[in-house]
Amino acid sequence: MVLNQFTAHELLDKLKNSQATLKDILDSIYARIQEVEPKVKAYARYKSVDRPRLNPQSNGLFFGLPVTVKDNICTEGLNTECCSKILTNFRPPYDATVINKLKAAGSSIFPFKANMDEFAFGSSTENSYFGTTHNPWNLECVPGGSSGGSAAAVAGDEAIWALGSDTGGSIRQPASFCGVVGLKPTYGRVSRFGLIAFASSLDQIGPITKDVEDAAILTRIISGYDPNDSTSANKDIPDYTDSLGKDIRGLKIGIPREYFIEGMDAQVKSVIEEAINKLKSLGAVANQVTLPHTQYAVPVYYIIATAEASSNLARFDGVQYGYRAKSDSLIDMYKKTRAEGFGEEAKRRIILGTFALSHGYYDAYYLRALKVRTLIKNDFDAVFKNFDCIITPTSPTPAFKIGERTQDPLKMYLSDIYTISVNLAGIPAISLPCGFTKNGLPVGLQIMAKPFNEEMLFKIAHAFEQNTEWHKIKPRL
Amino acid sequence: MKYQTVIGLEVHLQLNTKTKAFCGCAIDFGKTPNSGVCPVCLGFPGTLPVYNKEALNSAIKLALAFSCEIQEHTKFDRKNYFYPDLPKNYQISQFDLPLSRNGYLDIASGGKTKRIGITRVHLEEDAGKLIHETSSSLVDFNRTGVPLLEIVSEPDLSSPQEAFDYLTSLKNIIGYLDVSDCDMEKGSLRCDANISLRPEGAKELGVKTELKNMNSFKGVKDALAFEVSRQTELLEAGQPMTQETRLWDAEKSETVSMRSKEGAKDYRYFPDPDLTVFIIDREMVSRIKTQLPELPREKMQRFMRDYGLSEYDAKILVNSKKDAQFAEDCIQKYPEKDKKIMVNWLIGPLLSEANARKLNLYELNIDKEELINLIGFVENQSISHLSAKLVLTQMIDSQKPAVLLIKENNMLQISDTTALEEIIAGVILENEKSVSSFKAGKTNALMFLVGQVMKKSAGKANPKVVGELIKRRLTDA
Repeated sequence: MVLNQFTAHELLDKLKNSQATLKDILDSIYARIQEVEPKVKAYARYKSVDRPRLNPQSNGLFFGLPVTVKDNICTEGLNTECCSKILTNFRPPYDATVINKLKAAGSSIFPFKANMDEFAFGSSTENSYFGTTHNPWNLECVPGGSSGGSAAAVAGDEAIWALGSDTGGSIRQPASFCGVVGLKPTYGRVSRFGLIAFASSLDQIGPITKDVEDAAILTRIISGYDPNDSTSANKDIPDYTDSLGKDIRGLKIGIPREYFIEGMDAQVKSVIEEAINKLKSLGAVANQVTLPHTQYAVPVYYIIATAEASSNLARFDGVQYGYRAKSDSLIDMYKKTRAEGFGEEAKRRIILGTFALSHGYYDAYYLRALKVRTLIKNDFDAVFKNFDCIITPTSPTPAFKIGERTQDPLKMYLSDIYTISVNLAGIPAISLPCGFTKNGLPVGLQIMAKPFNEEMLFKIAHAFEQNTEWHKIKPRL
Repeated sequence: MKYQTVIGLEVHLQLNTKTKAFCGCAIDFGKTPNSGVCPVCLGFPGTLPVYNKEALNSAIKLALAFSCEIQEHTKFDRKNYFYPDLPKNYQISQFDLPLSRNGYLDIASGGKTKRIGITRVHLEEDAGKLIHETSSSLVDFNRTGVPLLEIVSEPDLSSPQEAFDYLTSLKNIIGYLDVSDCDMEKGSLRCDANISLRPEGAKELGVKTELKNMNSFKGVKDALAFEVSRQTELLEAGQPMTQETRLWDAEKSETVSMRSKEGAKDYRYFPDPDLTVFIIDREMVSRIKTQLPELPREKMQRFMRDYGLSEYDAKILVNSKKDAQFAEDCIQKYPEKDKKIMVNWLIGPLLSEANARKLNLYELNIDKEELINLIGFVENQSISHLSAKLVLTQMIDSQKPAVLLIKENNMLQISDTTALEEIIAGVILENEKSVSSFKAGKTNALMFLVGQVMKKSAGKANPKVVGELIKRRLTDA
């Protein structure tokens, strides 16, 4: 195995024991990027000619090991453009809190940002101003989205580990499509300061990694209260690696019947059923549960998320930073800048959200959506009274073909049907590899737990992973 | 037909907190443009607001001074509109759960006290400033994010004069609380007005006009007076009124239509997801309540009770907090029992001096002990009241002690009878006619004789003593 194929915790061991140098690791990553990036296109602005020097710290917990960061997380002096024309060449004068935490832990920030759907609007990474990312398992397929660049980079060994953001499944769904581990932490667990907002009440930053242990390590580092984020929770951060290697005998798993419905790919269904059987064989107890308001999750999500997005994206107006269209008058400048700067999906969502908040429609849409959101949250609270976790597929289908759903936004929105309730309820959930379809596409298993119980996710996910071989299989690129 | 005027005022008050409402920038208006800013108040992508506790404290203080109910739960909302002085293109404000509601302000107008309802007091952030040049416009964001309080009155005001008196009282109270500079010309206090007319006795409100762009209390009064006549004319001519926003043009002394209701903006208010709903700690509210300073009305009543002041005098003295403090210090230091003497000096000669110099009482920079000395010279008849007023002027100008100025001016009155007897003897000899008139019972003659003595003594004789001496001498003989 070459260095770039190892997990972060394996590389950290090697660095600690002087079995490898940081330079060796970086060389292997860059070599891999040279080799496969033209096919995968996981990075937003990768150009083979310029390999910027990293200035890694040799000490700290992470020995300068680089983290690949999604293009919507602010990195000081490093392009952060949300893969949108409207943020062309935006270099933030500050680091996001998660970046500060990583640097403090001795991590270095990989100088190329991961590709994504523009402003995280999408489930396929086809909506990027910098072009589509391809799935390392099948280059004709999408990597999922919106953190498709992060997931593809990790799956294709172009990155050691990565950060993504998850508003409705944007970490878990690409992790599932690319056969890697992705975690959406509890809302408030990780500071949002420096994450360019899509939907502020739903967004969370989380890790995309090669195995569960890496996810536990990375989650611990980026978590914690931040006085700069009023929505971050002032709670202690457990050492999540303590949750690894534990017995899961007697753990109660809820299987929501609303998730096992028509529209679910038959192969996905059988892979998930096998995974559940595996957990049972490890001593867990599985029972059917009900989340009765599940059917409302997609409409509620698309009202709340677009409403918040319409306001969050108002600041991209050409006045202070990013793209500005040439024009004679202020109003005309606003109009042209936004018409030329935003892609189709961004415009669609801004218009949807603006409509939902408009006078005369607010009560019928936004306010009602907030109420249903509470009902969805109550559904989960009720199940977690009696169950330790809920298990579902991460996505109803494996990775789909590039271009297959771009003409049908509604169908695209339904790719997130299993992931968005988690964001609406603010609970944590993890996706990990649990098998493959006959065509060799990975399938992800989603585990959900009650708020601030990421430990439960790591415990179950790690037990499953250590008793299966799925995470060891690499795509042939 | 007679019409009744209905006016409601909306006041925006800049709070004098150390830092801005949602970031740590120090507030300093003297700074060069765009120097008092940070990524948060500039609305840079990824930044998040954190509310300022000092601003909340000031807001509660002010709301309590107006006897408002402080809400248990409050939240911030986003008011969405595009304007280059608003970097996020939304303003953080409060919509349906304002900090406080249902207060009142008692105003003195036309010799009567009237209670004006305060609908709500809420917290929001200020916008920046546009500077228009011939071919372009510049924006200064130093003011962006400064905490503003919006104080909305009920439509209880029934004349432009009442509106003026309301603003005066409001400013007076705010001055006592020390939460704002309250300077309308500098923009730290801004006022918009809603005005409508209805036939006398009618219950329904007429069509309202919103007035903007007034930059003094007098401007508010003048704009409202203009509207009263404009609307009366329209109503009398039977013309339909349209709901509109009009701008006051102070130079032309008229209002000009800015936009009609059809052009009214839809601000798409919705709860700011970056700032969670928060509970206002009841203990904090009671603590602030106990720490409230004595307000003008209470102070006035106490002055009347404790120092035997008339309502008229007391009202003048409590107009400003510092003047009231100055006056009370003087009254308390004044050693004589009859405090009225000091009060008369304060609201008489001192106030005239202050008015002449366009200063407040306390700004006259007069030493209280010296003032008491000066009054002492008058009371023991060492100098005349007229001389004392001259000395007061000189004291303020030169900061010299009273006794020195009296000596310099050679103003000491002659009350020494032996010195006076000599002059009186001479006057009696020279004015036989008047002496016989007096003896014949004509009291006017005495006045003449006293006048002659005063003349001979170059005004330094004590007229009272002189009168007594002449009377004694002529009746004894």
